[in-house]
This record gives sequence, C-alpha cells and structure tokens, in this order.
Amino acid sequence: MSTHILTSDPTGAPPRTSSKPPGVLRRVWAQSEGRVGIVLTAVVVVLAVFGPLLAAPLTGYTPYQFADRPFAHSGVFGTDNLGRSVLARFLDGGRLLLLYSVLATALGMVVGGALGMLAAYARGWLDSVIMRLNDIVLAIPQLVFALLAITVLGPKGWVLVVVIGLTHAPRIARVARSATLRVINEDYIRAAEMYSVPRWRIIGREILPNIAGPLSVEAGLRLTYSIGAIASLSFLGLGMQPPTADWGLMINENRIALSVQPWGVLLSVFAIAVLTIGTNLLADAIARATAQTTVEE
Amino acid sequence: MTTAPPAAPGAAPAPGAAQPAPAGPADGADVVLRIDDLRIATTGDAEILHGISLSLRRGQLLGLVGESGSGKTTAGLACLGHFRAGLKHTGGSVTIWPRGGERIVVQELGEDALRQLRGARVAYIPQDPALSLNPAMRVGEQIREVLDVHRWGDSDAAREARVAEVLADVGLPSDRDYRRRWPHQLSGGQQQRIGIAMAFAMFPDVLILDEPTTGLDVSTQAHVLDTIRDMTRRNDVAGLYITHDLAVVAELADRVAVMLRGMLVEEGPVERVLHHPEHDYTKRLLEAVPDLAGRKAIGGDPYRDSPARIADDATAPPLLAARNIRLSYGEAQILDGIDLTLEPGECTMLLGESGSGKTTLSRCVAGLIDDYTGTVALESAQLAPSTRKRTAEQRSAIQYVFQSPFSSLNPRRTIGESLTVPLETSQRVPKARRRRVVEEALDAVRLGRSFFDRRPGDLSGGERQRAAIARALVNSPRVLVCDEVTSALDVSVQASIIGLLRRLREENGLAMLFVTHNITLARHIADNLAILNRGRIVDYGPVDDVFAHPTHAYTKALLADIPTL
Amino acid sequence: MIAKLIAKRLAVSVLILLAVSVIVFAATLLLPGDPARAILGQQATPERIAALNEQMHLDQPPVVRYFLWLGGLFTGDFGLSTSANAPVAVLLGERLGNSLVLMALAALISVPVGIAVGIFSALHRGRRSDSAVTWVTLALAALPEFVIGIGLITLFATSVLKILPAVTMSPPGQPVWLIPSQLVLPTLTLALVVAPYIARMMRATMIEVLDSGYIEMARLKGVPERRVIFRHALPHAIGPVAQVVAIQLAWLAGGVVVVEFLFRFPGMGQALIDAVNYRDVAVVQAVSMIVAAVYIVVNLAADIIGIMADPKLRSAAA
Repeated sequence: MSTHILTSDPTGAPPRTSSKPPGVLRRVWAQSEGRVGIVLTAVVVVLAVFGPLLAAPLTGYTPYQFADRPFAHSGVFGTDNLGRSVLARFLDGGRLLLLYSVLATALGMVVGGALGMLAAYARGWLDSVIMRLNDIVLAIPQLVFALLAITVLGPKGWVLVVVIGLTHAPRIARVARSATLRVINEDYIRAAEMYSVPRWRIIGREILPNIAGPLSVEAGLRLTYSIGAIASLSFLGLGMQPPTADWGLMINENRIALSVQPWGVLLSVFAIAVLTIGTNLLADAIARATAQTTVEE
Repeated sequence: MTTAPPAAPGAAPAPGAAQPAPAGPADGADVVLRIDDLRIATTGDAEILHGISLSLRRGQLLGLVGESGSGKTTAGLACLGHFRAGLKHTGGSVTIWPRGGERIVVQELGEDALRQLRGARVAYIPQDPALSLNPAMRVGEQIREVLDVHRWGDSDAAREARVAEVLADVGLPSDRDYRRRWPHQLSGGQQQRIGIAMAFAMFPDVLILDEPTTGLDVSTQAHVLDTIRDMTRRNDVAGLYITHDLAVVAELADRVAVMLRGMLVEEGPVERVLHHPEHDYTKRLLEAVPDLAGRKAIGGDPYRDSPARIADDATAPPLLAARNIRLSYGEAQILDGIDLTLEPGECTMLLGESGSGKTTLSRCVAGLIDDYTGTVALESAQLAPSTRKRTAEQRSAIQYVFQSPFSSLNPRRTIGESLTVPLETSQRVPKARRRRVVEEALDAVRLGRSFFDRRPGDLSGGERQRAAIARALVNSPRVLVCDEVTSALDVSVQASIIGLLRRLREENGLAMLFVTHNITLARHIADNLAILNRGRIVDYGPVDDVFAHPTHAYTKALLADIPTL
Repeated sequence: MIAKLIAKRLAVSVLILLAVSVIVFAATLLLPGDPARAILGQQATPERIAALNEQMHLDQPPVVRYFLWLGGLFTGDFGLSTSANAPVAVLLGERLGNSLVLMALAALISVPVGIAVGIFSALHRGRRSDSAVTWVTLALAALPEFVIGIGLITLFATSVLKILPAVTMSPPGQPVWLIPSQLVLPTLTLALVVAPYIARMMRATMIEVLDSGYIEMARLKGVPERRVIFRHALPHAIGPVAQVVAIQLAWLAGGVVVVEFLFRFPGMGQALIDAVNYRDVAVVQAVSMIVAAVYIVVNLAADIIGIMADPKLRSAAA
C-alpha cells in the first residue's frame, strides 16, 4: 500500500482467505416463514412419498380393497363412497399429485426460463415474437386452457403435466426476462462481451447465477400453483381418473357425504392446504432471502 | 415551555427585516440551532453517531464534511427530528431558537408539533431533486403545499403570491404556466431551485442542505450555489451544508465541521480548518483533494511529466488513433467527428459533462459499441468496430475499466475467477500459469493474492476498483481506457486510485485515455487534455496549454466555474 | 399522444384475441371422432350424418371452417352443442348472466377490501398487525379455490354452523339472485381467493412508493401523514395496482369454473365442465373465447387507467 492511502480505504476488515455469501438455505431458515414453510412442506412430502408404503400395513386394506359399506365409520377415518378405507386411500393419494406438480413446474421452468432469458439477451425481433406469443397464451386462463386440452386429448397424466407446464411457461418467461434485463445492463456482462466470452458461457456463468434468486422464487410459486391446478382438475373429475387414489379425486368422490362422513373430504383438503401453504411460505421466504444478495450496494 | 408551537400562522416575519435579538442560548446570542451530544444507533443497537455537538448561527453556513458512511446525512436529518428506517435516537438533543419564539427541543416534540416545525422553522433541501419532487404533482402546487400545510398567510391569493415571489427569488419564471409544469419538464438545475424555493417559502430559521449540488454539472452547480448563498444571506437563516466536496465548502461556507465515522473530528472557521487543519484526518482529506493548479501530490509522489516520451519518432503512426468517429441515435448526434491520438506511454484526459458523449467515445475505442462510423487504429492496423471481431492480440492491447466497481464484477464469482476471464479468451498464457498471472496483477494493484478467492461483496469500493483495474492488466495491455473510474469513489479513495494509475503508467509504460468529468484531476494524471462538449472536441492539447489558453467558450466557462479550495 | 397509445393497445388486443381464436379453433382439428355421429347416435343413417356435416360445415377445409366459425362468433352464432343438440348461444345465454353476477359480486367485495388491507398493512409495516396480514394473505393466496370453498361449506353449511345453503337451490330457468343466500358462499369463496393477491400487491406497491425520496421530502416539509398517503403516495400506486386487479378479475373468469362446480351453480363454468365431460367442443370453444375476451377487455381497461394515471404521458398530450 502506498503511504498516502487513507485508513478508510481498504476498510478495517482483516483479509480472509475465501469468502462465500451465506447460504440461501440458512437465510430462509432464519425467517419464521421459512421455517414454517419448510416444516409444512416436508411433512406433506414425507406423507406423499412414504404413505403408499404404509397404507396397507397401517390399515389392513390396500387403497383399492373394499373394507365396509360406503361412508361407514369403521376404521380410523371410515370408508369412502365405495366402501374403501379412507386412510389407506389418503396415504396413497399424494404421490401422483406431487410427482405431476413437480414435473409440470420443472417443464415450465425450463421452457419459460429459456425463453425469457433468450428474449432478454437477444432483444430485437426475437424478443418481440416471444413476448407476443406469451401474451396470447396468457389471454386464456390456465384452467380453461387445461380444460380445452383435456377435451381434445383426454384426461391423461402426460396431458396434465404438459398443459400445466406449458401454461406456466409464459408467466415464468416474463419473470426470467425482466430479471435478465436487470442483470444484462450490469457492467460485468459488458466486460464479458468485451473479452469476447462465448455467448452461451455468458448466459450460463454470468447471467444464470445472478437470476437464480428470482427464478427460485418463481419455482416455489409455480409449484404452489401447479399443485392447486392439478388438484383442482382432479377435483373436477378431469384429472386423475378412478380408481386411482388421489386427494383431489377423493374430494370429488366423497363430497356428497360431507355432513355424514367428512373424513373422505377433509383429510385431503387438509393435506392440500398444508402443502400449498407450505410451498407458498417457502417461496416468500426465498424471495426475502435472495433479495438481500441480488441487491448489491 | 419546550413544546410551544413554532411561529404563529401567518406571522412569519418579512425577509431581511431587522429582527429583535432572539432570546438565544447563553453561549452566543445568534445561535439558532444547537446539537448537543447527539447519539443515533441502528435498531440493532450499533451506534453510528457517537455524540455530535454543533451550533448554527444566524446568517451563516456551516459546512458538514465527511466521506460516505460518516453519518453526516443522519445528523442533518436529526435536526428535523427525522430518522430513516432502521435508525433510532439514543441520546443528546437538538435545540432551536426561532425568531421571536420560544426555545424548541426537537426531541421533546410530539408528532404534530414536529410536523409544524418541519418545512416551516427548519427546512430541508435534498440531494437528488429528481427523486425528491413528486412526479405526479405540478411544481407550483408542491411549493404551495408547504404554505398550505403550515397555514401561511390569510388567503389563497396571498399564498399564490408568495409562491410566485419565492420562485422569482431563486431565479425561476414565476408565471402561472411555469407553476403548472410537472417536475419532469424541468432540467436538473431548475428542479433543484424548485427545491430551494420550497425550503425558503416559509421564511425558515434553519436550513439543512444535503449535498444539493451533487450530480449537477459544474456550470449548473455554480448557478445553484450562487442561489443558495444569496438566499441564505437575504433571508438571514442558519444553514447546515452537508457535502463531501471540500472545494464547495471553501466557496460557500463560513465555518466547517469534519466528520469521520460518526464522530466530529474538527470544527472551526473555513479559513482556519482548510488551511491550518489540526486533526490528522482533516489533513489527509485535504491532501487527497485534487487541485486545478496541480501543486499537490495526491495519492503518492507528484506527477512527473516526461515530455521526452512524446513523439520521439514523428514519422511512426501513433499507438492509438481515432479518426472522424461519428455516432447518432435517431435525431441525437452523440459523437460528431472525433479525432484523437495517443502515443505510447502518454495519458490523455477526455473531459466532458454528462451527455457529452465521453463514455460513448471511450466504448467505441474499446470496441464495446460497434455501430459508429470512422476508424479506430492501433499503430497502423485498423480495428474492427466490435471486440468480438478483433484479434486476441488487439483485444489484449486495449483494455477498458468501467466506471462503477459495484457493477463491473460479477457478485457471484470470486475475484480470481473474474480476473481469469480475459486470459481464457486471449489464450496468451497456458492454463496452469493463469493463477500466477492473476496473482501478480493483484499484487500490482496493491491488493495482494489473498483477494483471489474473495467475492466482490466483501470488498470496499476502492478495493473493487483495484480488482477491476487488475483485470485490465492481466493481458499486459498497451492502452488503458479508464472511464470515470474514480467518480463513484470517495475523495481519499480517488486519490489512492489516481496514485495507482500513475505508478502503473510509469512501471509499465502504459498509454492511457482517462475519461472524467472532473477537470481538477487533469494536472494529477494527464499529459494532454481533450474537452468534449456535445459530441465534439472543442479544445485539445497539452494540459498546461489548454488551461492557459482555452479557446472555446465552454472551456473558459468550465475553468471559471470550478470551485477551488 | 394518449389517443395514439390507447389506439395501439386496442389494436394489439384485437390481434391477440384473433390469435387466441386460432388456437381455440385448432383444438377441434386435433379431436378424434365424428361430432355428427356423436350428436345423432350410432343408429344414424349415412345420409343424415352427411346432412348434419354439411349444416355444421364439417365437409369444408379447415381454413374455410375457421372463418365460418369466426364469422359466427361476431353474429352470436357459436355453433351447435353436440351433447345438448341445441345452439351453444341458447345453452350459454342465461348461464353467462349468472356467472357475471357471481363475478361482479366477488369483484365488488374483493377489490376494495384487498386495496384497503394492502394500504393498512403497508402503513403498519413491521408491526404485529402487518405481519398478521402477511401470514393470512400468504396462506389464502396459496389455497386452491375448492379448498377455500369446502372450508366455508364445512364452517357455514354442514358441520359447524348450518346457516347457509351448501349448493345452489334455484330451479333451472329461475334467476339465481332470487335466493340471495345461495350466492353468499360462492361469492365469498371467490373473494377470498382474489383479495389476498390484491392486498399483497397493494402492500408491496405502497411500500415501494413510501420508500421513495418524494415521500420523505413531503414528510420533511411537514405534510400531515394522511395527506402524505392520499395525496402523495396513492396516485403512484394506481397504475401497478390496476394491473393486478385486472389480472385477478380476469382470473375470476377462469376461477369461477371450479367454484360453480363446487356449489352446483348454474353458470358458464358448470356448462364448461359438462361440455368437457361430453367432449362437446363447440361449447368449450365458445366458453374459452368468452373468457379470453373478458381477460383482454379487463387488461385493456387496466392499461388505459395506467396510461391516464401517468403525468408524463398526460402532460405530453397537453
């Protein structure tokens, strides 16, 4: 250091050998919303993943076996509209919902994220075309779009995943685009251009890590909406089909007896509520956690 | 007795009228505001003001000087009983003696009394007028609002007349059409004068000015400073002028107080503090301020001009030559035929105000902008407009350093990773040796190798700028284009960066295009000076020649308007 | 300037609606099976099927069919429902009215409540009441509409209290508003889904505005807090919030489907579900187009409000 540098220049901080920003997970956990969100989500995910293994051992019936008369009160939570064990079906009923939701979200993130980044990075006519296509898809509400697709293609698993994923894509693309636009005017992107870094590497190394915050928030939000949309379709009788054990479908099947044998409905409603609230809290906590690092200075 | 409302409605005294001496404090009859042992902490209980004591006297301006983070704005806002989010008052007091009124202790006021104080007895002029005027309210209405909320005068007509009067006072048109303009229809200087008019509307006793000319061009700044000086004298108010610019203080203030990290280190008359500073920090701060005459040695050894290096072989082509560079976006002609040359080892300062086209020009040279016409040549080879089309060798030869060190380094990558990028694309150095080269560059900018694995978030602004300069050095360039590299930094950090650049020139024989808006740096770094005004170079030559014989009216005005210590 | 901007938005809206119509129409081309046979049943003679095909223009190439269908939309001819064997317009006419009543009621409640809660929360930022609002709106915003609906039914119609009907009781043909009590739960469900989003957006927008330099300046001028909020801050929140309100109102057009199904409400959504079950494409198409049109009109309105609220655009016009 030169003799004339003021003490205030290199700050008082002792030099450390390496520095990493504190992990996002730790900052999520530091918030009460983050903790509650993680716990709620984890409880339902564990239930959905391991429930199918426990269904038969716990209740003595498989989800498809008849246990008693319809809407009977035998067993822990009684029987459903066809006399099958509600608990067995409940334990088995989250797996597909969760799987499809995650797949739909992943599809939407990949397609939407790529389109959004491309639009922002390319600008010009490609940007206009992508964003106008977005506007068109956005004009049809997600549920209506899904119903249109189901009318034509039938209520199959892949149809649900693809249509929910693709209708998420324009919304995700918007977020990815605006996040990219914020980053792209930073001088470190200009510096990479100046050093003639290959464009794919600029996207992968300079842009992507810096929009990971908003993208992960979006992923959390979209997961919440995917769960809601797929459960809604099943509830309408247009998602999972009988005799599949599924929370949304169970509500459809058993709601006529809501006042007589409410468990067939309430268990599922409760599980879906806890799951969506959990993922939404988590998304919000991630938003707060990442906002602190994306805003430098 | 302490919560007496300040100034009865409509009873504001006429400006300049002879005032009965207010019942002042014991230690001086004309003290209007006194800060006693003021302490402010964050809500997390970290104290950031460690007991400040100051007095403001009627008709005098006190310059409150400090670098960023010194707490000067926090202290200023405390005079209005305002604490920004996350801050709280933990001790001490601010006392005000208004004209013909009872003594007021700001910290003892309730919300209503505080509201009556603000804008009436104590007025605030903010740093950025563009952000402080409500974009959805007409400017006349925003001045009028101060009079309305404090129930000034006895009729709408009287208030309207006062708005017109105060607009005329600050040198703005006062007609109805002007009052009905929106803030975005005014220039930055006009917006700031609206802010000044708003502050003086109620004939306040105390004025808090928070860097009111930062961000304004030199000539606009001179104009606004004149207005402030004039209005303060005429209205006989006590002013607290918060700034980081010692030259402005020297021009404007009667007394000066110097702050360092929440403490007041020195206070006294301007003459005494600026010319015979007592505290070490004040001394160092003054040493770091660049001066037009170039008498001082900021950031290290004095600049040794070596004229021998200029054109020892007159027939050889210059190292870098820009010829007839033109660029326009639609109607706007950004660059209008620029010719510029740079010899090996030479430093040319490219000086211009915001909007002059200086950054555009430097980016054309560096190949960041490629839609210009004209040519940029390195020695005899004409360069492709875009860096992507230049050869690796050409890219390495010209290196560009960005203005903001907060934006030029990827926050997600370590300094080492960012600094290795130029080596990856130039392929000058085999992979195994790259780390060594980067570490040597970090040593060269006096950061040290330990910074290799750190991230920009842990670095101060000065450290980041050093890292950015190191990135430009790893490919051993011949020309360094420095675009406003010190304008985001405090004056002391600026001095150290200037010192560093000067040393790099001497050690490596680097030629440099130093782009800036700050003419006072010229004699500290540059051989030649090119003055850029609205896309044209209006004066160009050795620094001393341009200073001694400015030819263009713009250059003359610039040299006349610059505040000096 | 303003007129030009609005005209441009209008033109874009029309183009988007046209593009949507292409997508919606293209869906029919993917459909397997024979609509005429579906309507007439397996016993129909080839002559009758051919006749119906001609009547429904199914013998024409797709491009011609598209324009015939599009032309029909403008004249109120939405085609023939294969399941009801009746014109779609007749089938949907009265149901559209019922749905609009439901949506209007929900909007009337949720927009002012959402905005008020958002402002309240922003003004109490960091305090307990704000954090309570944050938690509640976050939870409500996460829940699918049928979950909220079933929760309300459980609370007010079946298990806990039995003060409201769980399903719609109006006989077919009777206007739904003749029995107001049956509108309470569907309206409340929709409002509870929509209001949290509006509240959250209003809060975020207000906080952003309240953090701006001109708000601090207004306070430092001695402007009373009420005036700071209503005169200085609120006008800046109108534009962004209009956007969110528009998106939410447009969402209502889709969300109403699930709620109508849940409460057996005789609206457009209920008809849509039936049509999907019967693969009655003409009805699905018609409802999709109506919903898209609602979305586009509402968004256009929000855009215009946003343009009008911007003094830069307003003064440029003057």
